[in-house]
Amino acid sequence: MKARTVRLYYIVIIIFFLVILFFLFIKTFNENLLFYRSPSQISQNEFPENYVFRIGGVVVDNSLIKSKTSTDKEFRITDFEKSITVKYEGILPDLFREGQGVVVRGKLLNNGIFVAEEVLAKHDETYMPPEVKDSLKVNREILIDSSKSLQLK
Amino acid sequence: MSNMISYIGFFLILLALFNSIILVSSQPLLSRIDKSYQQVIFSASKIQFPIVLLSFICLIYSFLINDFSLQYVSSNSNSALPYFYKISATWAGHEGSMLLWCLILSFWMFLASYFSKTLDLEFRKNFLSIMGVLNLGFLLFLVFTSNPFEKNLSVPIDGKDLNPLLQDFGLIVHPPILYMGYVGLSVVFSFAITCCIHKEFKPEWANWIRPWVLASWSFLTLGIALGSWWAYYELGWGGWWFWDPVENASFMPWLMTTALIHSLIMCEQKQVFKNWTILLSIFAFSLSLLGTFLVRSGILISVHSFANDPARGVFILAFLSIIIGSSLFIYFLNAPQIKDRNKFNLVSKETFFLLNNILLVTATFTILLGTIYPLLLDLLGLEKISVGVPYYNLVFLPLMIPLVFLAGFIPIIKFSTSSLSDRNISKLFQSILLTFILSFLVLYAFNKYSIPILVGLFLFFWIIINLVYELIKNMITAKSFSWPGKNIGMYFAHIGLAVFILGATIVENDKTEKEVIMGISDQIKVKEYNFIFRDMKEIKAANYDALVGIFDVKKDGKLITTLFPEKRLYFSNDLPMTEAGIEPGLSKDLYVTLGNHIDQDKWSVRIYHKPLVRLIWLGAILMALGGIINVAYRRKRQL
Repeated sequence: MKARTVRLYYIVIIIFFLVILFFLFIKTFNENLLFYRSPSQISQNEFPENYVFRIGGVVVDNSLIKSKTSTDKEFRITDFEKSITVKYEGILPDLFREGQGVVVRGKLLNNGIFVAEEVLAKHDETYMPPEVKDSLKVNREILIDSSKSLQLK
Repeated sequence: MSNMISYIGFFLILLALFNSIILVSSQPLLSRIDKSYQQVIFSASKIQFPIVLLSFICLIYSFLINDFSLQYVSSNSNSALPYFYKISATWAGHEGSMLLWCLILSFWMFLASYFSKTLDLEFRKNFLSIMGVLNLGFLLFLVFTSNPFEKNLSVPIDGKDLNPLLQDFGLIVHPPILYMGYVGLSVVFSFAITCCIHKEFKPEWANWIRPWVLASWSFLTLGIALGSWWAYYELGWGGWWFWDPVENASFMPWLMTTALIHSLIMCEQKQVFKNWTILLSIFAFSLSLLGTFLVRSGILISVHSFANDPARGVFILAFLSIIIGSSLFIYFLNAPQIKDRNKFNLVSKETFFLLNNILLVTATFTILLGTIYPLLLDLLGLEKISVGVPYYNLVFLPLMIPLVFLAGFIPIIKFSTSSLSDRNISKLFQSILLTFILSFLVLYAFNKYSIPILVGLFLFFWIIINLVYELIKNMITAKSFSWPGKNIGMYFAHIGLAVFILGATIVENDKTEKEVIMGISDQIKVKEYNFIFRDMKEIKAANYDALVGIFDVKKDGKLITTLFPEKRLYFSNDLPMTEAGIEPGLSKDLYVTLGNHIDQDKWSVRIYHKPLVRLIWLGAILMALGGIINVAYRRKRQL
C-alpha cells in the first residue's frame, strides 16, 4: 500500500512537470510564429508595437536608395494596390532586384515605415516567392505586364 | 545514333518497371504455380540494379554529347558547361534526381538480396518483395510524372544552363550521398514490415539489420554535413544551419535513425523495445519520404525545388499516404503479438536508452511541427506564417543537453546490478567536477565568460574526458595492446558529437561579423586581422564573367593570405552570384564576400571571423566514420 502511494506521488509530479513543459513549449511556439501580410493588408493596429512579422511584394522600379557611407538601404515594395517604404541596414541578397518579388521580415513603425531585419529573395528568375505570388493573384494582369516590360529592358 | 541512346535509356526504365512488377507479383501469384518461384524473387531483386544503372549511364551519355532533343538535358545543361558539371547535371534537376533515387533504391535492394542469405527463407522472400513494392512505386512515379528521357517538341540550338548555385563540387556529391542515406532506410523499413508480417523480431534479426541502419545513418550524416558546408561557402553569408524546411526534411530522418540505432542495441542485447524499434523504423523511412515530398512537390522554395508540376506532388502525397497508412495498419494489427521477453528495472541500461529515444523522438516531433504547421495553415487557406529560428533553438537545444549528457556517461557505466552502484555514483561526481574545472580553466584562459560557451565546453569535455578515460582503461586492462573492438565505432561517433558541439557553440557565440562599405585601398580591422581591399579585376570563364576583389589579410603587419571573393554573372540567366573568399583553418576561418555595388569602386563587403567553424564538419565526419567502422567490424565478425 505504501509503495503504491509513493509511486502515485512520483507519477503526479512527473505529469505536473510534463504539463508545465508542454505549456512552455506551446508558448514558445506561438511567440515565434511569423505572420505574413501584403502591403494592402497592413493595418497600423493589427499587431502590438515591435511585433515582428513578414511582408512581401514587388520592389518598385527606381525606388532603391543606397547610402554611400553605410550599408543602409531604402526601397518601396508594392502589391500594385498599396506600397510601403522599407528600411534595411545590411547587404541585399544577389537575387534582390527592382521589379521582382521579395519578402522582408521586420517591424512596422508608427510612421508607417517598415524596418527590415532580413530581406529574402529566394526565387529564381522564373518565379516569385510563393507568398508574394498568392497575394498578387488579384493583380495578375498587372504582374504579367510588369514582368514583360522587365524582360524587354 | 544519339537518339537511339535516349530511347534505350527509356526502354531500360520500362524494363526495370516490368522487372519490379514480376518481383512484386511472384510471392502472391507464382507461389501457387511453381515451387521454384523463390529463385525468381532472388534474381529479380538483383537484376534490377544493373538495368537502372545502364539507364542512368544512358542519361549521363546524353548530357555528355549535348543531346538537347531531351527536355531534361536542354533545361539543365548547355554546350559551354565543363564536362564534370555535365555529369553532375544528370542529378541536378528533378527528373534526373528521381532516376538517381531509383538507381540507389535498386542498389540497396541488390545488396539486401545478396547479403540476406542467412535469413529464414520465408522471411527473406517477403522482405525482398516489400523492397520490390517500393521500387515499383518510385519507377511508376518516374515513368508517369518525371521521365528524364522526355523529348522536346522542337530541338533548341543550345540548352539553358545548370543553375549556377549547383555548379560546385559540394553539390556534385551532396545528392548521391544524402540519397544513399534516405534510401538506405528503405531496407530498414522493409525489414520492419516483414517482422510485423511474421509477428516476430528475433535478436539475430536485430543483429542482421543493425549494419544497414548504421550505414544509412552514416550516409545521412555525411550528406547533411555536405549540405551545410555547401550553404556555408556558397550562399555567401557564412551560416551553416538555417532551420530551413529543406534542411529539417533531412534532419528529421537523421534524428529518428539515431534513436533507432540505440533502440536496436536494446532489442539485440536485452530483447526489449521490439515494437518500438519497428515503429521507429517505419517513422524513419516515412520521414525520409515526407522529406522527398516536401522538397519535390514545390511547396517549399529553395535551390532544391524546380519548376513544378502539381501532378508530382499529388503522386508523392498519394504514395506517401499509402506507404505510411498501410505500414501503420500492418503494425497495429500485428505488433501486440510481438512480445518483449523481460521487464526491466527503473535504474538500468534500458531506462537510459529509453530516455535517449524519448528525447530524440520528441526533438523530431518539435521540428516536424515547425515544418508542417505553416504548410497546413497555408493549404487550409487560413494564414501565411513561418516559424522563426528562435523557436528551434529554444525548443531543440534544451532537449539535446540532457541527451548529450547521457552520451558522455552511459557508455562507460557497467550495469551489472539493478541499481547504480556507489562506484558509479562517485565516478559520476568525479568526472562532473573534473569537467567543470577544465571548462572554467578554458574560459579563464580565453577570458570569455558566457553561459552558452560554458555549457558547450562542459558538454565537450564531459564526453571527451569520460570516453577517453574509458578507452585508456580498456587498453591497459586488455593486457596485450588492442582496440576495444566492438565499441570503437560508438567512441568515434560520440567523440564526433563532442567535436561538433564545441565547433557549433564557439562559432555561434564568439564569431565576429562586419558589414561595411569599402573602396579600393580601404582597410578594416577584424579581431587581430587587417583586411585591405587592394584591387578589383575582371575575369572571363567559359560560362560566366566575374569581378574579383583582391583582399590582403595582414596580422601584425605581416601578410598572411590574400582572399579573392567574386561576383559572378552567368551568361545563361543574367543573375549575379556571390563566391566567398575563404581562408580555412582548424582554429578559425577568415571569410570575405562582396555584397552590393554602391558606386564606382565602392562595395559593401562582409568580413567574418569564424572561430572553430571547421569542427562542425569534422565532428560530422567523425560520427559517420564511427558508423562505418561499426559496419565493417560487424561484417568481419559475421564472416
